Amino acid sequence: MSVLVYTESEEGKFKKTAFEVASYAKGVADMLGTEVTAVSFGAQSAGDLGNYGVSKLLKVNDEKLQKFNAKAYADALKQAAQKEGAKVIVLSQSANAKYLAPILAVQLEAGYASNVVALPEGTEPLQVKRTAFTNKAFSFTTMSTDVKIIGLSKNAFGLKESQTETTEEDFSPSLTEGDFAVNVVSVDKAADKVTIADAEIVVSGGRGMKGPENWGMLEELAETLGAATACSKPVSDMGWRPHSEHVGQTGKPVAANLYIAVGISGAIQHLAGVSASKTKVVINNDPEAPFFKAADYGVVGDAFEIVPKLTEKLKEFKANNA
Amino acid sequence: MKILVCISHVPDTTSKINFSEGDTKFDTAGVQFVINPNDEFGLTRAMWFKEKQGASVDVVNVGGAETEPTLRKALAIGADNAIRVNTPATDGIYVAKQLAKVAQDGGYDLIIAGRESIDYNGGMVPGMLAELIGANFVNTCIGLEVEGTEATVIREIDGGKETLKTSLPLVVGAQKGIVQESDLRIPNMRGIMQARKKPLNVVEGVEAGTHSKAVKFEKPQPKGDIKLIDPDNLDELVNLLHNEAKVI
Repeated sequence: MSVLVYTESEEGKFKKTAFEVASYAKGVADMLGTEVTAVSFGAQSAGDLGNYGVSKLLKVNDEKLQKFNAKAYADALKQAAQKEGAKVIVLSQSANAKYLAPILAVQLEAGYASNVVALPEGTEPLQVKRTAFTNKAFSFTTMSTDVKIIGLSKNAFGLKESQTETTEEDFSPSLTEGDFAVNVVSVDKAADKVTIADAEIVVSGGRGMKGPENWGMLEELAETLGAATACSKPVSDMGWRPHSEHVGQTGKPVAANLYIAVGISGAIQHLAGVSASKTKVVINNDPEAPFFKAADYGVVGDAFEIVPKLTEKLKEFKANNA
Repeated sequence: MKILVCISHVPDTTSKINFSEGDTKFDTAGVQFVINPNDEFGLTRAMWFKEKQGASVDVVNVGGAETEPTLRKALAIGADNAIRVNTPATDGIYVAKQLAKVAQDGGYDLIIAGRESIDYNGGMVPGMLAELIGANFVNTCIGLEVEGTEATVIREIDGGKETLKTSLPLVVGAQKGIVQESDLRIPNMRGIMQARKKPLNVVEGVEAGTHSKAVKFEKPQPKGDIKLIDPDNLDELVNLLHNEAKVI
């Protein structure tokens, strides 16, 4: 038995979340007295996985699995789990991982806990801490099944180095026609833009920005920081920004290292959606805005003056610390 | 086309969340319940199929009698029939198995469920349901068209979207985008009156085990005091972000 981890990659390179889920899997493996086996679709070699405690890498290089397909990937992971006798499977909470996890859970008759934020509190039974009520609470959840699937929230565990010799093995799952009944015909993705899901820093604007024409300054601030841009619900409802940028309870959750809210008052739904972010900065001209009670740092004043000044200061800082 | 929309009965997004019985139960005192927002986006798309393509729309909820007002609201929005599976919604697999029975008995072509409920955020019922009944599945669905037995689905991916082709029977995990916020319907008086007369069938649950159990809840620690920075001293903010928060 080992702990199996689904490591995501893009164009053959592991994503940062792959190292995070590997770090976590290593933590679980240590608790269970076993080792970590990673499964990768498309990665040519283990690369840095060995730095994060992976003992074995199963490389799936099937032509048909070059592109993500939830059902086929779930089928492959099921076979890998069975081959390794894995009792715990760890995956990220990317859109793709969240898509395949419930399929895999049914196939393996496994329990599945999503949005997990810490190492298990115990292994008999396996108990995990996860967010619920959109970050308004934590739920301690036990799983009673033989095999358990853990979906690890982004940025909740971080990277933990653990030098390990990684052996590599080719793995060819047997796939069926039924695995390919849903097919991607086109992908629309901005290649050069930082996504909210991957971003370490998110710059977000609310109604206080007064109109879509004023987003340039937020984009410049975001660019300076290598951040993604996001917005509050009213902003997306009014069509100032695309829905894909709406963060909050009914939009996307944000678990960034740094979340900068500009002109966002901080409705309870918004605060819930962004509360998993480590450090929050609020810039607002209303000192009574609820966001000031939920943030680490605040600046009271006119965003139209503060944001460009802050961008200049950050550019200076970057130049001095490059 | 026969459509089934799965409805979760959840606390309103503005609810303050509290727990009772030694932090083991969600405290429903004073909480307003609504149709789960992700489900409501899906239901609204189902109404489009009803009006434009003559689809029939049933709604289903797994839960006790206290969830019936939420089903009645779905009927007032325009669903034709409601089904309540009379058993507590204990965990994801248990609910998925109850829904699978309803789905198989009803012979639905398209099943729409919110990608996750805003209470327990499990995000697993739609995918489990699809796998249990052998239907195709697309999650985080932000666009859906059906022609005959062929479906074109737009899925939100991290940093963009993709278009997929598949066939019915199909389960989608819906979210905002499958319709826009402005498309949501507030039931009018006529809808509410009609909803009272529409069938709401109560069926008993099927035997099914659970895989997980929420044994305890905890609320996040209240945030410490905020540090306010003078707008004329933004160097201080940069300094704090670098040296104290260590995020830049």
